[in-house]
Amino acid sequence: MNSISLELAHALPEAILAVGAIVLLLIGAWRGRDDDGPMSEFAVAVLGAALVAVVLGRHRAGGVVFGDAFIDDSFGDFMKALSLIGSIVVLLMSGDFFRRAGLNRFEFPILIVLATLGMLMLISANGLIALYLGLELMSLSLYVVAAISRDDARASEAGLKYFVLGALSSGMLLYGASLLYGFAGTVSFPGIAAAIGEHPNMGVIFGLAFLFVGLAFKMSVVPFHMWTPDVYEGAPTPVTTFFASAPKIAAMAVTVRVIMTAFPGATSQWQQIIVFLALASMALGAFAAIAQTNIKRLMAYSSIGHMGFALVGLAAGTEAGARGVALYMAIYLVMTLGAFAAILSMRVDGKPVERIADLSGLARTRPAMAFFFAMLMFSLAGVPPLAGFFAKFYVFMAAVEAKLYWLAVIGILTSAVSAFYYLRIVKVMYFDEPAPAFDRADRTQCAVLALSALAMLLFWVYPAPLVNAAAAAAHSLF
Amino acid sequence: MFGFGLLSWLTFLPLVGAALILAVPGDSKAGKNNIRWIALWTTLVVFALSLYAWSQFVPGVADFQFVEQKSWFGSGLAYKMGVDGVSFPFVVLTAFLMPLCIAASWAPIQNRVKEYMIAFLVLETLMIGVFTALDLVLFYLFFEGGLIPMFLIIGVWGGKRRIYASFKFFLYTLAGSLLMLIAILAMYAQTHTTDITALLHARFDPGLQKYLWLAFFASFAVKMPMWPVHTWLPDAHVEAPTAGSVILAGILLKMGGYGFIRFSLPMFPDASHYFAPLVFALSIIAIVYTSLVALVQEDMKKLIAYSSVAHMGFVTMGLFAMNQQAVQGAVFQMVSHGLVSGALFLCVGVVYDRLHTREIAAYGGIVARMPVYATVFMIFTMANVGLPGTSGFIGEFLSLIGTFRANSWVAFFATTGVILSAAYALYLYWRVVFGKLEKPSLSSLQDLNPREWAVLVPLVLLTIYYGVHPGPILDACSGSVAALIGDYNSALALTKTAALTLP
Repeated sequence: MNSISLELAHALPEAILAVGAIVLLLIGAWRGRDDDGPMSEFAVAVLGAALVAVVLGRHRAGGVVFGDAFIDDSFGDFMKALSLIGSIVVLLMSGDFFRRAGLNRFEFPILIVLATLGMLMLISANGLIALYLGLELMSLSLYVVAAISRDDARASEAGLKYFVLGALSSGMLLYGASLLYGFAGTVSFPGIAAAIGEHPNMGVIFGLAFLFVGLAFKMSVVPFHMWTPDVYEGAPTPVTTFFASAPKIAAMAVTVRVIMTAFPGATSQWQQIIVFLALASMALGAFAAIAQTNIKRLMAYSSIGHMGFALVGLAAGTEAGARGVALYMAIYLVMTLGAFAAILSMRVDGKPVERIADLSGLARTRPAMAFFFAMLMFSLAGVPPLAGFFAKFYVFMAAVEAKLYWLAVIGILTSAVSAFYYLRIVKVMYFDEPAPAFDRADRTQCAVLALSALAMLLFWVYPAPLVNAAAAAAHSLF
Repeated sequence: MFGFGLLSWLTFLPLVGAALILAVPGDSKAGKNNIRWIALWTTLVVFALSLYAWSQFVPGVADFQFVEQKSWFGSGLAYKMGVDGVSFPFVVLTAFLMPLCIAASWAPIQNRVKEYMIAFLVLETLMIGVFTALDLVLFYLFFEGGLIPMFLIIGVWGGKRRIYASFKFFLYTLAGSLLMLIAILAMYAQTHTTDITALLHARFDPGLQKYLWLAFFASFAVKMPMWPVHTWLPDAHVEAPTAGSVILAGILLKMGGYGFIRFSLPMFPDASHYFAPLVFALSIIAIVYTSLVALVQEDMKKLIAYSSVAHMGFVTMGLFAMNQQAVQGAVFQMVSHGLVSGALFLCVGVVYDRLHTREIAAYGGIVARMPVYATVFMIFTMANVGLPGTSGFIGEFLSLIGTFRANSWVAFFATTGVILSAAYALYLYWRVVFGKLEKPSLSSLQDLNPREWAVLVPLVLLTIYYGVHPGPILDACSGSVAALIGDYNSALALTKTAALTLP
């Protein structure tokens, strides 16, 4: 019999964020001003405290608390740490952008904290209700954040589009969850696994498919990706950065957890779905990005493709596959944050620019930035010895071990296609004549860009900590 | 030293030079010169180190030497280095060509010198790493990593169509290599090791071997390049700066042949035997067809590029003939081609620097103004044709003899390539060097300057030295090749007995 305080100890990071969000909201209301002032810093402190709680708590014995609804394990810790890092870095980088755009409202940091709380709940969800709660807390915050620039028609359109489609997918997810509950008689994942046994009936399969629709929407994998390019392009760049980083980690984490703990008996059923999602995402991500001229739209398709690659590891359905996914998400997070740090600092005469052509000749006007950005592009393309290669290496290794040869072959060929558009950016920066030079970039953005690019470039020197952490995370699922 | 062996030093020393260059300000004239000197000294030290290694190397034995192994910081992969008689000549060749490339870029490269030298030094590390890696994943890292600096070298310092050429080079090679990656993963899934020495003795199921062989073939055939996936090569060669062409022809192409010897033949003997006719056919087409294509080229570099494809055809043919002469001949041919084609590109670079055109029609009669150059160019043209007394002869002759033993028709068709090579090489030489010097642009040509002397003379000496005394290279690889052929034949015999004893 656990006392409530013992149970809360397992949810310490979430508790910190919940209390922190309320306190921040009170401070904001009490200050009585619209601008953000020190709110971003406070929010970073709250998120940082949660990160410390996650990291320090990683050796504690895990457990299932709150009546089977919430699970605390190393997989959760790993993914939570990634989400928190994503949120923190986004907040650190966004201040400068929002101040210049006159969008520095105090609600933004609070919404980020709330969304992050939702993600943490989602990652630790051990049942359908907890999953839905976390997902909605995250999504509702994201809907508002997407439309935060409310005087901008494009941003409002993006926010509305995201909301309508998101609501639809939530509905589908809920429908799937109710079917699963109806057939399994329980909402907890292990309970569902026990109830459906080795031979799931048609109702369970329907429920599973609908559940995946909702999750696929959050991960933005094909065919539920339609919102991604528009929202990425329309939303202010810091918001795009946030969308591309932390929520994807949470959505991928919960998908892995659902599959591994609730449907081990339905492997052949979910595997078809995941293989299709992976193939379609990789192919669309590779081909649709080729014609883009806007770098944010390009990153949108690139992220769709990357989710596809991560799903290749999941499709294997093994511990090695889960390790691959965890590692992939970690490396994807760093690459994405770095790439968006560069995009955030693309600014001519005080105005943000976002065409790929604006990067022309960057190697001559800003050699360091061009070098780091180029390294990130090679890493995203998966060229060794950069970290992006190792990410792909581990997921494809899992797929080949699980005898998914065709998935591996087609996936790897799409990665050659996608190399084309990453190379195009390098080409624009290195081979073309210089366009007007960018303004001096904000220090935080430069630091994030440099650190992430160096981390990707030198990953091969000492890959052990991350690989081992991912392996431990994956191990806790089995 | 510092816990690293000789090969690690050899591989990673250029990176130290690159780091030094990074720290030097490179905007002023003096700064640019400092950068050039640092690059030159780095490559010279690496070359000296490789000569020291050569003196320590025991020729004629099959085992790997200078082996060093570390766990790769607990990542489940291994860091393992070592060389044998097949790989070591290429290490030395790389170390030998690099200082020449740096020297050849001394005056022609004036903008972005810093980035250029860094790209070359990084490329040197990656190229030496390809030949010294004894772990499949490590090999793959080096093999693919080389694309990045080469992409930049072609794209930034190349000619008019540099962007097209650099993309084609990158994407062709990447697509081929990615299939090899899948095969590497499949091999790991079977054997749970990526250690090359262990995989050399792993016997894969003959059915699986065919798929693995094809995946590796996709990568090495593009790199080699073999007909019909050779089309990136003429573009890349033509657009790359002179030193880039030298490295492409001298080293990067050899990685394909090296890959066949190191992986395809010993690891998949049954599949190699099964697919040998395919390789023979492609090699003959490459030799005859690209020689004919070379005859009609208007661009000097393009002509030499096509001749490279033809010469690589001899190499693939010799390798898959699988007997002592043919394989040793193929190895020798690769080393010799590295010297000769590299030298030919340097020769083109010499006149290109003066007139800034590669059109053959823009030249004619330059022997009157540049007698020394004409002599040097003559020696390399003859070596390219395979004149006895030059290193080109030994390789072609040995691989043809060996192939004749294996399949006389293949040897017959390939021999026509020797005749054709004489036709296009001499035709090129005649159009550029002989005739009347009538064009006004040529009237003020200067003969070789001291820097160009320093670059070309070592190549002349080596081409002739190995032409009359091929022993060092042949002895170095004889043991490894003998072991390769022995293992290959016993593996085939084993499969045959297994097939016979089946009910």
